[in-house]
Amino acid sequence: MIKEVLQQLEPLDAQIDALCSRADDAEMASTTTHAAELAELSAEENTLLQRCTSLTPEDRVFLARRPDRPHITEMIDNLFTDFFEQCGDRQCKEDAAILCGIARFHGMPVTVLGHRKGTTLEENLRCNFGMPGPEGYRKALRVMKQAEKFHRPIITFIDTPGAYPGRDAEERGQGEAIARNLMEMSGLTVPVLAIVTGEGSSGGALGLGVANHILMLENAVYSVLSPEGFASILWKDASRSGEACTMMKLTAQDLYADGIVEEVIPEPLGGAQRGRQLLFSRLDTAIAVHLAALCKMSGKALADQRYKKYRRIGEMRGA
Amino acid sequence: MSAIEKLFPTSPQERSFQMKARRDAGTAAPNWVPPQFVECKKCGRRATRQVWVKSQYVCPNCGVHLAIGAYYRLSTVLDHGTFKELNPDIAPNDVLHFPDYQEKLAAASVKTGLKEAAVTAIGRIGGVQAVVAVLDSRFFMGSMSTAVGEKITRAIEYAADKHLPLIIFSASGGARMQEGIFSLMQMAKTSAALERFNRSGGLYISVLTHPTTGGVTASFASLGDITLAEPGALIGFAGPRVIEQTIGEKLPDGFQRSEFQLEHGFVDQVVPRTELKEVLTRILQLHTQGRKRR
Repeated sequence: MIKEVLQQLEPLDAQIDALCSRADDAEMASTTTHAAELAELSAEENTLLQRCTSLTPEDRVFLARRPDRPHITEMIDNLFTDFFEQCGDRQCKEDAAILCGIARFHGMPVTVLGHRKGTTLEENLRCNFGMPGPEGYRKALRVMKQAEKFHRPIITFIDTPGAYPGRDAEERGQGEAIARNLMEMSGLTVPVLAIVTGEGSSGGALGLGVANHILMLENAVYSVLSPEGFASILWKDASRSGEACTMMKLTAQDLYADGIVEEVIPEPLGGAQRGRQLLFSRLDTAIAVHLAALCKMSGKALADQRYKKYRRIGEMRGA
Repeated sequence: MSAIEKLFPTSPQERSFQMKARRDAGTAAPNWVPPQFVECKKCGRRATRQVWVKSQYVCPNCGVHLAIGAYYRLSTVLDHGTFKELNPDIAPNDVLHFPDYQEKLAAASVKTGLKEAAVTAIGRIGGVQAVVAVLDSRFFMGSMSTAVGEKITRAIEYAADKHLPLIIFSASGGARMQEGIFSLMQMAKTSAALERFNRSGGLYISVLTHPTTGGVTASFASLGDITLAEPGALIGFAGPRVIEQTIGEKLPDGFQRSEFQLEHGFVDQVVPRTELKEVLTRILQLHTQGRKRR
């Protein structure tokens, strides 16, 4: 459904943009007619957008994967200052599918990292569409260990279709790299805040996701596997992914209800791509609140809290 | 152990364990039955079940290691009369209320006599007390559900608490799809428990058996102080079919097998099943002397 709404919105957006740009150099007399026209168009948009208030899980998967959704580079530009990128795993390679570095958040030095999908086709290819190999996870671990050394909080942005299922990734130990990250992240003595911004699929997402607090954007999804992979494993039919979306309980709202994520950050109507500045200001507030709470805790308390957070997932009492 | 001891186990717990092990091995029939023939899945060679049991289900002809059940696996490594099961009552939890899941669980349970894909126990190996966990690939492909994650985590915590070495035999298709995100989070849970176990100075030996893939490879199976693998086991994160679809070419023979993982530096040794007990004993004994424990 959301697909059609967004398609119908496109020409309206174009008209509004055209009017706004003309209005800049137009005279006062003409602006009044523009104003009327603008009001009419935005009213039309609003009625369309009202249809976006109740989205299905499949709609959210569609939104989470949109190429024009704000990506990590934009997040870093808008939420942090003084970003310094760190490359390479110091073992064999640089993996562009994970972006790492040091930056300031409200003046405080932090380590930022996350999946990078890229925006243009060349970038997509260079970043392998956000599917990291073992080098990416090892680079991430290197900068996280460094963050621990220098007492910097860690903020990770999760947006990946999964870890890369390729031949060389297997040869260099994809499973081992992710496993190592899960283990080492659980023991870090600095605050770790994970934010799922788009699609978080399988171990590839979890490899950057063992955090004290997990935040999710309203239309982000987080699941054991992509809905297509899920459908093809269970029913040997990838085309039943729509059905899988509903069954998997992968939306931010589901995960919040299950107690796995701490906060859901509302997006503008129609998805994050329709109001970037609004989204960034909400994200900024949320990060500030969660970091402030976590920074009050001691290193040991942080590791303990993180351990307990995962320990109680699926914990069985009495048995 | 003598044949007499095997026939007349001492405690009721040991009796029931031996019975389950015989059931897993396919030799539990109470009365005499005509010799059953088992065919090797690889070379097609037929031999009586007794011959297979004697070789621990390693083909006497081609050496392929067939999958074996959890209790039978335990009976091949534990000293006689030392088995004690941990948390035997933990049962699967249908967290997502997934359609048909309950029925499938019941069917798997009837087929294998197991409640879940993991069996955890304490016992002695070569006289050394250890915590041993086994995944059983006959139950939902040994996939990691919340109950499996919970059992493994409790076994790790028990080992940390009692300062015992830990051995996990992995055999798994990965995360249990029917339990969604809860299943994924068990990867973090078990790895976090191992982080604490490591810090307490515990020894963890990971034994990879056919197949060890997906979320299990990407969590506890890859985190051993010492990693052993049975010959010819498939070990990897992504399955071969997915990789072939991704890269659009056929994978060479032996890709992701134990010997391949040894060559690429992810396994300490490839050990045949019949030698496993001896090797485990040697490793455990190497760690019992001169160990400093807090």
